[in-house]
Amino acid sequence: MFHKLKRSIIKEILLQFRDPGGLIILFVMPLVLIITITLIQDSTFRSVSDTSIPILLVDNDHGTISKTVKEQLEANGAFEMLSEINGTPISENFASEAVFKGKYQLAIVIPEHLSRDLQQKVNQNVQTILSDLGFEESDTVNEEISPKEIKLYFDPATQMAFKNSVKNGIDKMVAQIENQSIYAAFQEQLGEDMSALFEEESFITFREMTPSGDDEEVLPNSVQHNVPAWTLFAIFFIMVPLSINIVKEKQQGTLVRLISNPVSYAIVLAGKTITYLLICLIQFYLMVGVGVYLFPYFDLPSLDVGGHLFLMTIVALFSGLAAIGFGVLLGTIAKTPEQSAPFGATFVVILAAVGGVWIPVFAMPKIMQMIAIASPMNWGLEAFYDVLLRKGTIVAILPEIIFLLLFFIITVLLAIGYDKKERAV
Amino acid sequence: MSTAIEIKSLYKKYKNADTFSVKDLSVSVAKGEIFGLLGPNGAGKTTLISMLCGLLKPSSGELLVFGKSYKNQSSEIKKIIGIVPQDIALYPTLTARENLMYFGSMCGLKDSELRQIVNESLEKLGLEKFANKRIDTFSGGMKRRINLIAGILHKPEVLFLDEPTVGVDVQSKNVIIAYLKELNSNGMTIIYTSHHLIEAQDLCTKIAIIDQGKIYAHASPSILIEQTPNAKNLEDVFIAITGKELRDVS
Repeated sequence: MFHKLKRSIIKEILLQFRDPGGLIILFVMPLVLIITITLIQDSTFRSVSDTSIPILLVDNDHGTISKTVKEQLEANGAFEMLSEINGTPISENFASEAVFKGKYQLAIVIPEHLSRDLQQKVNQNVQTILSDLGFEESDTVNEEISPKEIKLYFDPATQMAFKNSVKNGIDKMVAQIENQSIYAAFQEQLGEDMSALFEEESFITFREMTPSGDDEEVLPNSVQHNVPAWTLFAIFFIMVPLSINIVKEKQQGTLVRLISNPVSYAIVLAGKTITYLLICLIQFYLMVGVGVYLFPYFDLPSLDVGGHLFLMTIVALFSGLAAIGFGVLLGTIAKTPEQSAPFGATFVVILAAVGGVWIPVFAMPKIMQMIAIASPMNWGLEAFYDVLLRKGTIVAILPEIIFLLLFFIITVLLAIGYDKKERAV
Repeated sequence: MSTAIEIKSLYKKYKNADTFSVKDLSVSVAKGEIFGLLGPNGAGKTTLISMLCGLLKPSSGELLVFGKSYKNQSSEIKKIIGIVPQDIALYPTLTARENLMYFGSMCGLKDSELRQIVNESLEKLGLEKFANKRIDTFSGGMKRRINLIAGILHKPEVLFLDEPTVGVDVQSKNVIIAYLKELNSNGMTIIYTSHHLIEAQDLCTKIAIIDQGKIYAHASPSILIEQTPNAKNLEDVFIAITGKELRDVS
């Protein structure tokens, strides 16, 4: 039996090596994919991007608020603030037209006298409070100040996530300016000697706490997220060449010869499984290698494996098994490579989408979250995150690898059952 | 003479088919015979061969290979049969030797023994110079010869051949036929299907003419020719039994 298995593995390896195009697809394309995706996604994980987005600023205020908005957005590094073009200040009409035509992603229109009116409104409120508390008499009649609005024009093609992040940022800035104005008004009303009472520094600050192991703290970055996610994507893509391999065996007649030989179909499948599992592991180590050693040359953070390579290998191994199981089933059911290849490729993309490779599962609609729980790519991804980001042990990944193994067993049994049924017609 | 193949009241109907592909077919093949299974397209030859090789399950009836049934001795039968399919059932990107080493191993042969058999077989069929060349560089005749060797590496007791000489040149055909005769002279029973009736007449010791899933004639080529009025050769017998009507199948 072992001799037959050994020969099956040798045959499968030879078939792979005699197909240079297939080898490039298997080993080079995943590396190109992982580098490309990580480079693109890296900016969303960084606080400072290499490229800045131009934003039109229509400054009708010419006060502290417009100055603060401009300074803080520029200080962020992600934006380049444009308040005039060719020496001419930008008007609201020009800004709205340019943005709606997609020439710029965003225009911010600060209304006239915003800073002055805000200060006036705050002063009125502070005076009223102090008067109510008996600190001073107020005999002035408050002038009516109408509410103001900062207008934001977005390119209709702009993604919702970008819109929300800009809106939140400006909202936060306005709230800070309002707070500072209130403090300033109190200081002014209570006299200079009271200024020490008000500390303008934020009392509450945020600090992100990360899982730590071995006395080290690992901050998640684009590489820590992308390498496991896209490694899984590449591992699951193995189902495409594997299914084509099985379909070709049927078309060439070699499978008929094998079935009539005194060799169990399980040995034939075991030969394919071991070979393709080796390919999965090579893919995995290549991608980890790229993450650790090559990414720094692209100005990307290096993948921090943190001594968890063994556990990561286990996850890659079982993910590979799940992918191979599905490839065997697909190759058994499909009649032609034209059926198996597009279906397999599309299905991997669906699995990746459902599994949380692009959008985190928690951000999906309820129904999709339920589907994601049953997705093998999600099991693999969660297991990778358990190891790499949550610093989990073998116990933490045990449920996921059991699910992946069961998926492999079920799909292979279905394939064998289907094959027997087909041959019994 | 002992019986190699025993078929009793064999029926086969495919799923969703209106008619039986093999209908109440009974025949036996003696050990050491070269048994020609001849018939027009769609007669049921491939279905019958597929059942004999264990690739298809019969709808009903009994089928024994050296007294063994596929129902409970499938793996035993597979050890003593060899198949040479009509398609070139080889891996095009592997060399002749790599293909033969693989298929020989799947039949249970160990490397040292197998290497010797592969070398001998390649030499006999004039392919020793091409042992390390890829199959996809071979001519049709060379591929057919490797296809034949892949089916007999484990020296089966019964060899099933589905049109082994289709599409080959005369030289390759002669080598293949001579080799089959040699294998038969060493005791191998051969079940053979072909549309080359002259070749069948020369090669086979017994002929069965099958049409619409039933055997219409079963005897040695000379007896069949003798028994058919005005027949000069097997082709005349074939036409007399199956008619001149076209048998297009889809």
